[in-house]
Amino acid sequence: MKVFIFLTAFQKTKIMTDSNNKSKKVSRRKFLVRGGLGTLGVLAVGTYVFRNPMRRAMYELAETMVVPYSGSGTEANLWIEVGNNNTITLHSPKVEMGQGTFTSFAQIIADELDVNINQIIVKAAETTTGIIDGMSTGGSLSVAQLFQPLREMAATMREKIKQEAAKKMGVDASSISTADGVLTANGKTMNYSEAIADVTDWTLPDTPKLRPISSYKYIGKPIKRTDLRAKVVGEPIFGMDAEMPDMLHAAVIRSEHVGGTLKSADISAAENMPGVVKIVQKDGWIGVVAESYAQALAAKNKVKVEWDVPKKWTEEDLRAYLKVGEGNMMITQKEGSALDEDGEDVINMEFTSPIGAHAQIEPNGAVAHVKDGKATVILSTQVLGVTQKQVAEALGIDATNVNIIGTYLGGGFGRRLNTSHAVQACQMSEAVGKPVKYFFTRKEEFQHDAFRPPTHHFVKGKVNEEGNLESLEHHYASGDVAMNSVIFPPVMASVLGSDVGAMRGGNIMYTNVPNYRAVQWHKTLPFATSFWRSLGLLANTFAIESFIDEMALNAGKSPVDYRLAMFGDDEHQNRIRKVIEVAAAKGNYTDKANDNRAMGFAASIDAGVPCAQVVDLSIENNRIKVHKVVCVMDCGLAVNPDQVKAQCEGSIIMGISATVHEKMTLKDGQLYPTIYGPYDMALMRNAPKEIDVHLIQGVDVPLPVGEPPLGPIGAAIGNAVRRITGKRLTDIPLTLG
Amino acid sequence: MKFTFNINGTSQTVDIDKNTPLLWVVRDVLNLKGTKFGCGKAACGACTLHVDGESVRSCSYPIHFVEGKNVRTIEGLADGDNLHPVQQAWMEEVVPQCGYCQPGFMMATAAMLEKIPNPTDDDIDANIVNVCRCATYYRMRKAIHRAAEIKNANS
Repeated sequence: MKVFIFLTAFQKTKIMTDSNNKSKKVSRRKFLVRGGLGTLGVLAVGTYVFRNPMRRAMYELAETMVVPYSGSGTEANLWIEVGNNNTITLHSPKVEMGQGTFTSFAQIIADELDVNINQIIVKAAETTTGIIDGMSTGGSLSVAQLFQPLREMAATMREKIKQEAAKKMGVDASSISTADGVLTANGKTMNYSEAIADVTDWTLPDTPKLRPISSYKYIGKPIKRTDLRAKVVGEPIFGMDAEMPDMLHAAVIRSEHVGGTLKSADISAAENMPGVVKIVQKDGWIGVVAESYAQALAAKNKVKVEWDVPKKWTEEDLRAYLKVGEGNMMITQKEGSALDEDGEDVINMEFTSPIGAHAQIEPNGAVAHVKDGKATVILSTQVLGVTQKQVAEALGIDATNVNIIGTYLGGGFGRRLNTSHAVQACQMSEAVGKPVKYFFTRKEEFQHDAFRPPTHHFVKGKVNEEGNLESLEHHYASGDVAMNSVIFPPVMASVLGSDVGAMRGGNIMYTNVPNYRAVQWHKTLPFATSFWRSLGLLANTFAIESFIDEMALNAGKSPVDYRLAMFGDDEHQNRIRKVIEVAAAKGNYTDKANDNRAMGFAASIDAGVPCAQVVDLSIENNRIKVHKVVCVMDCGLAVNPDQVKAQCEGSIIMGISATVHEKMTLKDGQLYPTIYGPYDMALMRNAPKEIDVHLIQGVDVPLPVGEPPLGPIGAAIGNAVRRITGKRLTDIPLTLG
Repeated sequence: MKFTFNINGTSQTVDIDKNTPLLWVVRDVLNLKGTKFGCGKAACGACTLHVDGESVRSCSYPIHFVEGKNVRTIEGLADGDNLHPVQQAWMEEVVPQCGYCQPGFMMATAAMLEKIPNPTDDDIDANIVNVCRCATYYRMRKAIHRAAEIKNANS
């Protein structure tokens, strides 16, 4: 109730701005106060991060692949409350997908606000407040983007609270000390809630100087996840667990064929099934709404549908359609002169990767209630703002009448950057006048994913007498990743000219090679492809680093030394060099196979985060068995080193799964397989028993960590297999035939 | 049809179609949301719970099989405020990431430890065959060994 009252006040309040604020050296943010809050004992402040976030986002994305936090563009975009009971609530503009970001946010706030981390509650903001990230939760950027704004905001709030306490205690603010949410001066104490009770003047002090990172109690420490207990006792925190009073359940029928359109449907048998409330027919899908899920599913099976399928796509069709030399071409990197393609001395290797499914365990779904021109939707999504707009547009109502309530996500991995199924849930709710819960069957998940696109690569090079590369080129073809994405404006594609998502990991990092190029070929595929954790990095690094390994073998050199010789000596290059050196040392890398066991080495840089891995594997019963992975990553400041390591461990095993096990194919026009098992994924038995992660802090700010460690793993596995069998594996999933 | 069974120590009677999967009775009728839907085909293990102490994938287990039996879900794994050794070990090792599949893994592990008090790595590989997309298997294996230690020390 308190929050509701606050929101009312919030929306009526004119935002105060100070266009004369020039103190950008101290802080580039202007803190704002939403007035009318003091009587509630609630303090909320917002910040402007950038005047034109989208423009800046595009440039920074192009340059560094790191997108700044955009807020909602024009609104104050961070919101922390000090509640009456001395709790601190962050209404997070980002959702928690599993990486432990809410824990890191709590650590960051606790240190500058001087409260105990247990006083802090972090929950996802809802769209009606406007305090959500205007773009998305994604790119492994949550902590990296919010580290500085949250610290500045918490410090500013601490000073405001001290000022108010000083008035009440009759002392000078400078004599007050703060700890664990309690202010102390001259032996007297007061908690934060008491200090700001009845405050009506919300003029804020300037942001104080932030404390040195080394002095923090929480930041940089392996603090246990704040959501640990909820997740261990099975609390209902996910979108799938959401309910609304008097809710009905739905199942949806969609084409099982790629590109299939609805021709005709006979719903007569289904309508008479037990529990069926309504069958909703829309363009391209049919929704069955019933009293229970089991009833909806049973009735769905009685609907007779005919589909128009213009073309029954096969795997061969796909490979002929998507290949280097076809589609839109863009040179994404160029240094020196191009290779003479027909030259006799050009070494050319071809690689492929398959369609990849997200396969997150929590299915996509939504609980929606549309009533009196307003919509409320609870769902697991990485894009609350986009989903709000999609729902508003489909229902023909104003976006301010659409409240999207984000939950904890049962896996994101990029899948929930596309959650337009909220629209279907809303349309069914509108049709029956009651709340409706709709979620995908697993078959729908596998057939209507927004997949990782398949890729095709040629890596080409020319070496000198010593076997060192004089030219190195990566030519690669991919379907959509960032292109046509709902999270970027269409202008993005035309400004940048290439798919910046497919480009991840596609450029050459070895800048001491005299001539190098990266050339992207892009086509939109007949089924949806989009962001899959690490985007192009997984396949691109596999291709390039497999080729580099082959060149080292040709030259008779250690693959570690061979790589090290190809770096320049600027700061960026030195950071990559260092992870390679440390990984080789920590992993005791050796180039020699021992019977059927060997090591493989590979490295990558993604989002400014270099990572190198040493894989130790054997071949057992003609299958790859990874025993140990040593991972060295320079992710800057690790706000929570334990959870950064967890991200590396998970990425490594997910990478093993994606490069050794997983493959979606097209068969008779359908995407296949449609269930776990046939969609082969790494299980406990496939996970290495040893994973040794070493973090290097090469810069003093947090960088993205959730995706960069997916880079080297595929190539490192292929490189180890090459040393055992003598055979170069060039196609993901890596099988021994 | 009516079915009576015991769930987490409490007797329950439900009136429902006999082929309704136990999962939906637990989640939607009894409102215990800790048991998760993942695939509906017994392929991922997110819906794992115990029926008379045995691990069962409840999405593919009709309610009529449960008549007169004892069902335990993640909500009933702890003894009041005292977490089960598996839950304690999961917290010690900080296993969950997104957390969605974890109740299924914890239930599968708890059932295994009743039969195999000191599981080897091979035992774990053979018995714990659920799917975790965050791929928390590395910490999970450590937590399973740790849970066995805690459980054996308690008994």
